[in-house]
Amino acid sequence: MTLNAFYFLSFLTVLSALLVVFSKNPVYSALYLVITLASLTGHYILLNSQFLAFVNLIVYAGAIMVLFLFVIMFLNLNTDTEPHKSTILKFTATICAGLLLIVLIASLKGAEQMAKQSGPNRDMGSVKNLGKVLFTDFLLPFEIASVLLLVAMIGSVMLGKPDEPLIKKPK
Amino acid sequence: MIPIDYYIWLSAILFSIGVLGVLYRRNAIIVVMCVELMLNAVNVLMVAFSNYLNDPAGQVFVFFIMAVAAAEVAVGLAILMIMFRNNRTTDINVLNRLKW
Repeated sequence: MTLNAFYFLSFLTVLSALLVVFSKNPVYSALYLVITLASLTGHYILLNSQFLAFVNLIVYAGAIMVLFLFVIMFLNLNTDTEPHKSTILKFTATICAGLLLIVLIASLKGAEQMAKQSGPNRDMGSVKNLGKVLFTDFLLPFEIASVLLLVAMIGSVMLGKPDEPLIKKPK
Repeated sequence: MIPIDYYIWLSAILFSIGVLGVLYRRNAIIVVMCVELMLNAVNVLMVAFSNYLNDPAGQVFVFFIMAVAAAEVAVGLAILMIMFRNNRTTDINVLNRLKW
């Protein structure tokens, strides 16, 4: 049962990830990316990490994808304005990605041996357990992440301003 | 229990699709989306290993990756808006003057 759910979710993830790359219209790409992220949420639930599943759904599939769709619609991108690479470049890109896949699988081949040491813990990914770890062992990175988000917010406001000089010259 | 190899393969395939998208497309917004795909591939692998090794640090790192991804998308899309305002296109080949 769990294995069948894993196969179904993996199929959905890979198919919609391929459609993100190959669909002509950027709006469809963004919508397929939403499907990919939703199926990854299913994977997290299968792995017993409820907290990350819902954070993934809210932050990625909710907030970030709304930002993407907003920018796509703001810039009015559609199929007509879509630039295309030449066939030889597309062929090279596919070959490069395939080679990378082979290298990744070959280099991660022995990694499953070290994961057999301990059995799974049912409530490891719960909000209680993760919160305890986050606010004891990882308190400093957590605070730095808040500074990072503040800097990103100020930076995007600065970048988004029109090209007027910030300080007006006295007349 | 699903073998961890399956998660390794899924993550490798997702990461390669992300790389394929970055190399294949010229629309800058889709390139940013494919970077998100790569980040998510790493997230899946981290959650899987954190569960199989019984170590919550992996899941906390996924949380930080999500925070960094949110910041990256905000700044990246703001840069994209400037690029569109100056060039009237999101074609990354227009940016080749950054080469020199």
